[in-house]
Amino acid sequence: MAAGFALRMTHFPLTDHIPSLRRYARALTGDAWTADDLVQDTLERACSKWRLWVVGSDLRAWLFTLMHNIFVNQVRRSLRQAAAGATVNVDEVEGELAAPEAGTAQSLDLQRCLLRLPEDQRAVLLLVSLEDLSYEEVARITGVPVGTVMSRLSRARSRLRELMDGPAPVAATAPAQLRRLK
Amino acid sequence: MEKPHDTSHTQGEALHDRINTLVDGRLPPARRAELEAELGEDAAARETLRTWRAQREALRDLHRPLLDEAIPDTLLAAARRGQTGKQQIDQWRRWGGMAAAVMLAFGVGWLSHGQLGSPAPQQLAAARSAQSFVHQASLAHAVFSPEVRHPVEVTAAQQDHLVQWLSKRVGRPLKVPVLAAEGYELVGGRLLSGDGGARAQFMFQNAAGLRLTLYLGAVDAASQPLSQAAQETAFRYSGDGPVPSFYWVDQGFGYALSGAVSRDELMKLAQRVYQQL
Repeated sequence: MAAGFALRMTHFPLTDHIPSLRRYARALTGDAWTADDLVQDTLERACSKWRLWVVGSDLRAWLFTLMHNIFVNQVRRSLRQAAAGATVNVDEVEGELAAPEAGTAQSLDLQRCLLRLPEDQRAVLLLVSLEDLSYEEVARITGVPVGTVMSRLSRARSRLRELMDGPAPVAATAPAQLRRLK
Repeated sequence: MEKPHDTSHTQGEALHDRINTLVDGRLPPARRAELEAELGEDAAARETLRTWRAQREALRDLHRPLLDEAIPDTLLAAARRGQTGKQQIDQWRRWGGMAAAVMLAFGVGWLSHGQLGSPAPQQLAAARSAQSFVHQASLAHAVFSPEVRHPVEVTAAQQDHLVQWLSKRVGRPLKVPVLAAEGYELVGGRLLSGDGGARAQFMFQNAAGLRLTLYLGAVDAASQPLSQAAQETAFRYSGDGPVPSFYWVDQGFGYALSGAVSRDELMKLAQRVYQQL
Protein backbone atom coordinates (compact mmCIF):
# COMPACT_ATOMS: atom_id res chain seq x y z
CA MET A 1 0.00 0.00 0.00
CA ALA A 2 2.71 2.40 1.00
CA ALA A 3 4.78 1.32 -1.99
CA GLY A 4 1.87 2.04 -4.31
CA PHE A 5 1.61 5.54 -2.95
CA ALA A 6 5.32 6.12 -3.29
CA LEU A 7 5.28 4.96 -6.89
CA ARG A 8 2.44 7.19 -7.86
CA MET A 9 4.08 10.17 -6.28
CA THR A 10 7.58 9.86 -7.67
CA HIS A 11 6.95 11.43 -11.05
CA PHE A 12 8.09 15.00 -10.84
CA PRO A 13 7.04 17.10 -13.88
CA LEU A 14 9.13 19.98 -12.55
CA THR A 15 12.30 18.03 -13.23
CA ASP A 16 11.39 17.72 -16.92
CA HIS A 17 11.95 21.45 -17.26
CA ILE A 18 15.27 21.70 -15.47
CA PRO A 19 17.51 21.08 -18.51
CA SER A 20 15.96 23.86 -20.58
CA LEU A 21 15.87 26.21 -17.58
CA ARG A 22 19.57 25.54 -17.04
CA ARG A 23 20.46 26.20 -20.64
CA TYR A 24 18.47 29.41 -20.79
CA ALA A 25 19.97 30.60 -17.50
CA ARG A 26 23.46 29.80 -18.73
CA ALA A 27 23.02 31.79 -21.92
CA LEU A 28 21.38 34.63 -19.97
CA THR A 29 24.06 34.95 -17.30
CA GLY A 30 27.08 33.52 -19.12
CA ASP A 31 28.23 31.73 -15.99
CA ALA A 32 27.62 28.14 -14.91
CA TRP A 33 27.39 28.84 -11.17
CA THR A 34 25.25 31.93 -11.47
CA ALA A 35 22.99 30.04 -13.84
CA ASP A 36 22.44 27.09 -11.53
CA ASP A 37 21.83 29.46 -8.62
CA LEU A 38 19.18 31.12 -10.73
CA VAL A 39 17.57 27.76 -11.53
CA GLN A 40 17.66 26.80 -7.86
CA ASP A 41 16.01 30.08 -6.86
CA THR A 42 13.38 29.52 -9.53
CA LEU A 43 12.56 26.02 -8.29
CA GLU A 44 12.35 27.27 -4.73
CA ARG A 45 10.06 30.09 -5.76
CA ALA A 46 7.92 27.58 -7.65
CA CYS A 47 7.79 25.47 -4.52
CA SER A 48 6.55 28.34 -2.36
CA LYS A 49 4.04 29.51 -4.96
CA TRP A 50 2.56 26.21 -6.08
CA ARG A 51 -0.91 27.30 -5.22
CA LEU A 52 -0.72 30.17 -7.69
CA TRP A 53 -0.10 27.78 -10.53
CA VAL A 54 -3.33 26.61 -12.09
CA VAL A 55 -3.37 22.90 -12.80
CA GLY A 56 -3.41 22.27 -16.53
CA SER A 57 -1.89 25.62 -17.45
CA ASP A 58 1.52 25.83 -19.05
CA LEU A 59 4.04 24.84 -16.41
CA ARG A 60 6.98 25.76 -18.62
CA ALA A 61 5.78 29.31 -19.27
CA TRP A 62 5.11 29.74 -15.55
CA LEU A 63 8.62 28.60 -14.63
CA PHE A 64 10.18 30.93 -17.18
CA THR A 65 8.08 33.78 -15.78
CA LEU A 66 9.34 33.07 -12.27
CA MET A 67 12.91 32.88 -13.52
CA HIS A 68 12.57 36.09 -15.47
CA ASN A 69 11.31 37.99 -12.43
CA ILE A 70 14.09 36.67 -10.23
CA PHE A 71 16.70 37.56 -12.84
CA VAL A 72 15.34 41.08 -13.30
CA ASN A 73 15.39 41.67 -9.55
CA GLN A 74 18.95 40.39 -9.27
CA VAL A 75 20.09 42.65 -12.09
CA ARG A 76 18.38 45.64 -10.46
CA ARG A 77 20.00 44.86 -7.15
CA SER A 78 23.44 44.54 -8.69
CA LEU A 79 22.94 47.79 -10.59
CA ARG A 80 22.07 49.51 -7.32
CA GLN A 81 25.21 48.08 -5.77
CA ALA A 82 27.24 49.27 -8.73
CA ALA A 83 25.69 52.73 -8.41
CA ALA A 84 26.56 52.71 -4.72
CA GLY A 85 30.20 52.46 -5.68
CA ALA A 86 30.78 48.75 -5.44
CA THR A 87 33.13 47.92 -8.28
CA VAL A 88 34.30 44.61 -9.60
CA ASN A 89 37.94 43.84 -9.39
CA VAL A 90 38.89 42.21 -12.65
CA ASP A 91 41.56 40.11 -10.94
CA GLU A 92 38.94 38.61 -8.64
CA VAL A 93 36.57 37.61 -11.37
CA GLU A 94 39.24 36.55 -13.82
CA GLY A 95 38.53 32.90 -13.13
CA GLU A 96 34.90 33.45 -14.00
CA LEU A 97 35.69 35.45 -17.12
CA ALA A 98 37.85 32.63 -18.33
CA ALA A 99 35.30 30.06 -17.23
CA PRO A 100 36.23 26.73 -18.79
CA GLU A 101 33.19 26.52 -21.01
CA ALA A 102 33.01 23.60 -23.33
CA GLY A 103 32.52 24.89 -26.82
CA THR A 104 34.05 26.29 -29.91
CA ALA A 105 35.65 29.70 -30.21
CA GLN A 106 32.57 30.72 -32.15
CA SER A 107 30.15 29.86 -29.37
CA LEU A 108 32.39 31.55 -26.80
CA ASP A 109 32.35 34.63 -28.94
CA LEU A 110 28.59 34.46 -29.32
CA GLN A 111 28.15 34.16 -25.54
CA ARG A 112 30.47 37.10 -24.98
CA CYS A 113 28.56 39.28 -27.42
CA LEU A 114 25.23 38.21 -25.90
CA LEU A 115 26.38 39.49 -22.53
CA ARG A 116 27.00 42.89 -24.06
CA LEU A 117 23.32 43.26 -24.94
CA PRO A 118 21.05 45.01 -22.44
CA GLU A 119 19.38 42.38 -20.18
CA ASP A 120 15.85 43.02 -21.46
CA GLN A 121 16.92 42.55 -25.09
CA ARG A 122 19.00 39.49 -24.24
CA ALA A 123 16.08 37.86 -22.42
CA VAL A 124 13.66 38.39 -25.31
CA LEU A 125 16.16 37.18 -27.91
CA LEU A 126 16.88 34.00 -25.93
CA LEU A 127 13.25 33.23 -25.10
CA VAL A 128 12.34 33.51 -28.78
CA SER A 129 15.41 31.81 -30.30
CA LEU A 130 16.50 29.29 -27.71
CA GLU A 131 13.13 28.35 -26.25
CA ASP A 132 11.07 28.93 -29.37
CA LEU A 133 8.34 30.64 -27.40
CA SER A 134 5.77 32.68 -29.33
CA TYR A 135 5.94 36.49 -29.21
CA GLU A 136 2.74 36.47 -27.14
CA GLU A 137 4.18 34.02 -24.62
CA VAL A 138 7.35 36.09 -24.34
CA ALA A 139 5.21 39.19 -23.76
CA ARG A 140 3.41 37.43 -20.90
CA ILE A 141 6.64 36.12 -19.40
CA THR A 142 8.42 39.46 -19.49
CA GLY A 143 5.32 41.47 -18.64
CA VAL A 144 5.48 43.89 -21.57
CA PRO A 145 3.26 44.42 -24.65
CA VAL A 146 3.89 42.30 -27.76
CA GLY A 147 5.01 45.43 -29.63
CA THR A 148 7.77 45.94 -27.09
CA VAL A 149 8.83 42.31 -27.47
CA MET A 150 9.09 42.83 -31.23
CA SER A 151 11.15 45.99 -30.97
CA ARG A 152 13.46 44.49 -28.34
CA LEU A 153 13.93 41.49 -30.59
CA SER A 154 14.87 43.64 -33.59
CA ARG A 155 17.25 45.75 -31.52
CA ALA A 156 18.85 42.65 -30.01
CA ARG A 157 19.39 41.08 -33.42
CA SER A 158 20.79 44.26 -34.98
CA ARG A 159 23.10 44.89 -32.06
CA LEU A 160 24.28 41.29 -31.88
CA ARG A 161 25.11 41.42 -35.57
CA GLU A 162 27.21 44.54 -35.06
CA LEU A 163 28.98 42.99 -32.11
CA MET A 164 29.73 39.76 -33.93
CA ASP A 165 31.03 41.65 -36.96
CA GLY A 166 33.17 43.96 -34.86
CA PRO A 167 36.63 43.22 -33.44
CA ALA A 168 36.70 40.51 -30.75
CA PRO A 169 36.45 42.11 -27.33
CA VAL A 170 39.51 41.92 -25.11
CA ALA A 171 38.96 39.85 -21.98
CA ALA A 172 39.72 42.79 -19.68
CA THR A 173 36.84 44.80 -21.13
CA ALA A 174 34.35 42.00 -20.69
CA PRO A 175 31.29 43.39 -18.96
CA ALA A 176 30.93 43.30 -15.22
CA GLN A 177 27.61 41.44 -15.59
CA LEU A 178 29.63 38.27 -15.53
CA ARG A 179 30.03 38.46 -11.82
CA ARG A 180 27.76 36.32 -9.72
CA LEU A 181 24.57 38.08 -8.94
CA LYS A 182 24.02 36.61 -5.54
CA MET B 1 13.73 54.32 -24.99
CA GLU B 2 11.16 51.97 -26.44
CA LYS B 3 8.08 53.25 -28.08
CA PRO B 4 4.79 51.43 -27.81
CA HIS B 5 3.78 49.44 -30.85
CA ASP B 6 1.45 51.95 -32.42
CA THR B 7 1.14 54.27 -35.40
CA SER B 8 4.45 55.94 -34.58
CA HIS B 9 6.04 52.67 -35.60
CA THR B 10 8.47 53.57 -38.33
CA GLN B 11 8.79 51.86 -41.65
CA GLY B 12 12.18 50.44 -40.67
CA GLU B 13 10.72 48.92 -37.53
CA ALA B 14 7.82 47.45 -39.48
CA LEU B 15 10.28 45.87 -41.88
CA HIS B 16 12.26 44.41 -38.99
CA ASP B 17 9.08 42.99 -37.47
CA ARG B 18 8.33 41.21 -40.73
CA ILE B 19 11.86 39.86 -40.97
CA ASN B 20 11.53 38.59 -37.38
CA THR B 21 8.42 36.61 -38.23
CA LEU B 22 10.27 35.05 -41.17
CA VAL B 23 13.37 34.24 -39.11
CA ASP B 24 11.31 32.66 -36.32
CA GLY B 25 9.03 30.80 -38.72
CA ARG B 26 5.85 32.37 -37.34
CA LEU B 27 4.01 32.66 -40.65
CA PRO B 28 1.81 30.30 -42.63
CA PRO B 29 3.64 29.07 -45.78
CA ALA B 30 1.61 31.18 -48.22
CA ARG B 31 2.24 34.39 -46.33
CA ARG B 32 5.90 33.47 -45.99
CA ALA B 33 6.45 33.12 -49.73
CA GLU B 34 4.66 36.41 -50.30
CA LEU B 35 6.83 38.21 -47.79
CA GLU B 36 10.06 36.74 -49.09
CA ALA B 37 9.10 37.88 -52.59
CA GLU B 38 8.55 41.41 -51.27
CA LEU B 39 11.96 41.42 -49.65
CA GLY B 40 13.51 40.16 -52.89
CA GLU B 41 13.65 43.74 -54.14
CA ASP B 42 15.60 44.98 -51.15
CA ALA B 43 19.23 43.79 -50.95
CA ALA B 44 19.78 45.16 -47.43
CA ALA B 45 16.65 43.45 -46.12
CA ARG B 46 17.72 40.17 -47.71
CA GLU B 47 21.08 40.46 -46.02
CA THR B 48 19.42 41.17 -42.67
CA LEU B 49 17.21 38.12 -43.11
CA ARG B 50 20.23 35.95 -43.90
CA THR B 51 22.30 37.19 -40.93
CA TRP B 52 19.46 36.94 -38.44
CA ARG B 53 18.68 33.41 -39.57
CA ALA B 54 22.33 32.39 -39.11
CA GLN B 55 22.26 34.08 -35.70
CA ARG B 56 19.19 32.16 -34.65
CA GLU B 57 20.78 28.86 -35.69
CA ALA B 58 23.98 29.70 -33.79
CA LEU B 59 21.96 30.59 -30.68
CA ARG B 60 20.04 27.34 -30.84
CA ASP B 61 23.33 25.47 -30.69
CA LEU B 62 24.59 27.47 -27.73
CA HIS B 63 25.05 25.34 -24.60
CA ARG B 64 23.12 22.51 -26.24
CA PRO B 65 25.16 19.81 -24.41
CA LEU B 66 23.63 21.12 -21.15
CA LEU B 67 20.30 19.62 -22.21
CA ASP B 68 21.73 16.11 -21.95
CA GLU B 69 23.89 16.68 -18.91
CA ALA B 70 22.95 15.00 -15.62
CA ILE B 71 20.94 17.38 -13.43
CA PRO B 72 22.80 18.38 -10.24
CA ASP B 73 21.37 16.82 -7.07
CA THR B 74 20.71 20.20 -5.47
CA LEU B 75 18.37 21.14 -8.31
CA LEU B 76 16.62 17.77 -8.26
CA ALA B 77 16.05 18.12 -4.53
CA ALA B 78 14.62 21.61 -4.99
CA ALA B 79 12.23 20.38 -7.69
CA ARG B 80 11.08 17.41 -5.63
CA ARG B 81 10.40 19.58 -2.66
CA GLY B 82 8.05 21.75 -4.68
CA GLN B 83 6.42 18.84 -6.43
CA THR B 84 5.71 16.92 -3.28
CA GLY B 85 4.11 19.97 -1.77
CA LYS B 86 1.87 20.41 -4.80
CA GLN B 87 0.78 16.80 -4.92
CA GLN B 88 0.02 16.77 -1.24
CA ILE B 89 -2.06 19.89 -1.63
CA ASP B 90 -3.97 18.51 -4.61
CA GLN B 91 -4.49 15.22 -2.87
CA TRP B 92 -5.67 16.99 0.19
CA ARG B 93 -8.00 19.26 -1.74
CA ARG B 94 -9.79 16.25 -3.13
CA TRP B 95 -9.88 14.51 0.19
CA GLY B 96 -10.76 17.70 2.02
CA GLY B 97 -13.71 18.27 -0.30
CA MET B 98 -15.02 14.82 0.50
CA ALA B 99 -14.56 15.32 4.20
CA ALA B 100 -16.43 18.62 4.03
CA ALA B 101 -19.32 16.92 2.23
CA VAL B 102 -19.49 14.20 4.87
CA MET B 103 -19.44 16.75 7.65
CA LEU B 104 -22.12 18.80 5.97
CA ALA B 105 -24.34 15.73 5.59
CA PHE B 106 -23.69 14.88 9.19
CA GLY B 107 -24.52 18.43 10.24
CA VAL B 108 -27.76 18.44 8.28
CA GLY B 109 -28.80 15.09 9.70
CA TRP B 110 -28.03 16.29 13.16
CA LEU B 111 -30.10 19.46 12.74
CA SER B 112 -33.01 17.58 11.23
CA HIS B 113 -33.15 15.50 14.38
CA GLY B 114 -34.41 18.58 16.07
CA GLN B 115 -31.22 19.60 17.80
CA LEU B 116 -30.84 23.30 18.34
CA GLY B 117 -27.73 25.08 17.28
CA SER B 118 -25.10 23.84 14.89
CA PRO B 119 -21.57 22.57 15.18
CA ALA B 120 -19.22 25.50 15.67
CA PRO B 121 -17.66 26.25 12.30
CA GLN B 122 -14.39 26.91 14.09
CA GLN B 123 -14.31 23.40 15.41
CA LEU B 124 -15.10 21.92 12.03
CA ALA B 125 -12.31 23.96 10.47
CA ALA B 126 -9.88 23.01 13.20
CA ALA B 127 -10.72 19.32 12.93
CA ARG B 128 -10.28 19.53 9.20
CA SER B 129 -6.90 21.24 9.37
CA ALA B 130 -5.66 18.76 11.95
CA GLN B 131 -6.76 15.90 9.71
CA SER B 132 -5.18 17.58 6.72
CA PHE B 133 -2.01 17.90 8.70
CA VAL B 134 -1.81 14.26 9.69
CA HIS B 135 -2.69 13.16 6.18
CA GLN B 136 0.16 15.22 4.76
CA ALA B 137 2.47 13.76 7.39
CA SER B 138 1.54 10.26 6.36
CA LEU B 139 2.05 11.02 2.66
CA ALA B 140 5.40 12.62 3.34
CA HIS B 141 6.40 9.50 5.21
CA ALA B 142 5.36 7.29 2.28
CA VAL B 143 7.28 9.46 -0.16
CA PHE B 144 10.58 9.83 1.62
CA SER B 145 11.05 6.86 3.92
CA PRO B 146 11.64 4.38 1.03
CA GLU B 147 14.35 6.66 -0.42
CA VAL B 148 17.70 4.93 -0.45
CA ARG B 149 19.99 7.66 -1.73
CA HIS B 150 18.30 10.81 -0.49
CA PRO B 151 16.01 10.00 2.42
CA VAL B 152 16.88 13.37 4.00
CA GLU B 153 18.26 16.68 2.84
CA VAL B 154 20.52 17.26 5.81
CA THR B 155 21.91 14.29 7.69
CA ALA B 156 22.18 13.76 11.43
CA ALA B 157 25.93 14.39 11.14
CA GLN B 158 25.03 18.06 10.82
CA GLN B 159 22.35 18.06 13.46
CA ASP B 160 23.02 21.59 14.70
CA HIS B 161 22.76 23.02 11.25
CA LEU B 162 19.66 20.90 10.55
CA VAL B 163 17.83 22.12 13.64
CA GLN B 164 18.82 25.72 13.08
CA TRP B 165 17.76 25.64 9.43
CA LEU B 166 14.40 23.94 9.96
CA SER B 167 13.62 26.11 12.99
CA LYS B 168 14.15 29.18 10.85
CA ARG B 169 11.96 27.85 8.05
CA VAL B 170 9.02 26.75 10.21
CA GLY B 171 9.35 29.88 12.34
CA ARG B 172 9.71 28.22 15.72
CA PRO B 173 12.66 26.79 17.65
CA LEU B 174 12.63 23.05 17.14
CA LYS B 175 14.12 20.25 19.14
CA VAL B 176 14.96 16.79 17.95
CA PRO B 177 13.64 14.17 20.35
CA VAL B 178 15.98 11.35 21.37
CA LEU B 179 14.56 7.88 20.77
CA ALA B 180 17.77 5.95 21.35
CA ALA B 181 16.27 4.06 24.28
CA GLU B 182 13.56 2.80 21.92
CA GLY B 183 16.23 1.79 19.39
CA TYR B 184 15.79 4.64 16.90
CA GLU B 185 18.56 6.94 15.74
CA LEU B 186 18.15 10.20 13.86
CA VAL B 187 18.81 9.90 10.10
CA GLY B 188 18.32 13.60 9.36
CA GLY B 189 15.60 15.92 8.17
CA ARG B 190 14.09 17.82 5.30
CA LEU B 191 11.94 20.80 4.54
CA LEU B 192 8.50 20.37 2.95
CA SER B 193 5.64 22.64 2.12
CA GLY B 194 2.20 22.09 3.59
CA ASP B 195 -1.14 23.86 3.68
CA GLY B 196 -0.13 26.12 6.52
CA GLY B 197 3.35 26.91 5.18
CA ALA B 198 6.70 25.28 5.78
CA ARG B 199 6.82 21.86 7.40
CA ALA B 200 9.78 19.96 8.78
CA GLN B 201 10.28 16.23 8.71
CA PHE B 202 12.75 14.39 10.93
CA MET B 203 13.51 10.80 10.09
CA PHE B 204 14.59 8.07 12.50
CA GLN B 205 15.68 4.54 11.82
CA ASN B 206 16.21 1.45 13.97
CA ALA B 207 18.73 -1.36 13.58
CA ALA B 208 16.28 -3.32 11.42
CA GLY B 209 16.07 -0.39 8.98
CA LEU B 210 12.52 0.51 9.98
CA ARG B 211 11.89 4.23 9.63
CA LEU B 212 9.77 6.65 11.62
CA THR B 213 9.12 10.23 10.68
CA LEU B 214 8.19 13.16 12.86
CA TYR B 215 6.38 15.81 10.86
CA LEU B 216 5.80 19.23 12.32
CA GLY B 217 4.66 22.72 11.45
CA ALA B 218 2.01 25.34 12.04
CA VAL B 219 -1.49 23.99 11.55
CA ASP B 220 -3.48 26.02 9.05
CA ALA B 221 -6.05 27.89 11.08
CA ALA B 222 -7.99 28.91 7.97
CA SER B 223 -9.01 32.52 8.36
CA GLN B 224 -10.64 32.17 11.73
CA PRO B 225 -9.02 32.83 15.07
CA LEU B 226 -8.42 29.55 16.79
CA SER B 227 -10.34 28.75 19.88
CA GLN B 228 -8.47 27.25 22.79
CA ALA B 229 -9.84 23.87 21.81
CA ALA B 230 -8.39 24.13 18.33
CA GLN B 231 -4.97 25.20 19.53
CA GLU B 232 -4.51 22.07 21.52
CA THR B 233 -5.74 18.58 20.91
CA ALA B 234 -5.37 15.30 22.64
CA PHE B 235 -3.31 12.52 21.17
CA ARG B 236 -5.11 11.09 18.19
CA TYR B 237 -4.53 8.07 16.07
CA SER B 238 -5.00 8.14 12.31
CA GLY B 239 -4.97 5.04 10.15
CA ASP B 240 -6.29 6.79 7.02
CA GLY B 241 -3.02 7.56 5.29
CA PRO B 242 -0.53 5.19 3.71
CA VAL B 243 1.02 4.62 7.15
CA PRO B 244 -0.53 5.09 10.58
CA SER B 245 0.25 8.19 12.61
CA PHE B 246 -0.24 9.60 16.06
CA TYR B 247 -0.76 13.32 16.04
CA TRP B 248 -1.43 16.21 18.33
CA VAL B 249 -1.61 19.99 18.19
CA ASP B 250 0.04 22.14 20.78
CA GLN B 251 -0.27 25.94 20.72
CA GLY B 252 -1.22 25.99 17.06
CA PHE B 253 1.72 23.78 16.12
CA GLY B 254 1.08 20.28 14.86
CA TYR B 255 3.14 17.14 15.40
CA ALA B 256 2.64 13.79 13.72
CA LEU B 257 4.69 10.69 14.25
CA SER B 258 4.26 8.18 11.44
CA GLY B 259 5.61 4.71 10.89
CA ALA B 260 4.62 1.21 9.93
CA VAL B 261 4.58 -0.13 13.47
CA SER B 262 1.79 -1.39 15.72
CA ARG B 263 -0.61 1.08 17.24
CA ASP B 264 0.63 0.39 20.75
CA GLU B 265 4.22 0.84 19.82
CA LEU B 266 3.52 4.03 17.88
CA MET B 267 1.58 5.38 20.86
CA LYS B 268 4.51 4.66 23.15
CA LEU B 269 6.94 6.37 20.78
CA ALA B 270 4.66 9.37 20.34
CA GLN B 271 4.48 9.80 24.09
CA ARG B 272 8.26 9.72 24.30
CA VAL B 273 8.41 12.44 21.64
CA TYR B 274 5.73 14.50 23.36
CA GLN B 275 7.52 14.38 26.72
CA GLN B 276 10.70 15.75 25.16
CA LEU B 277 9.25 18.64 23.17
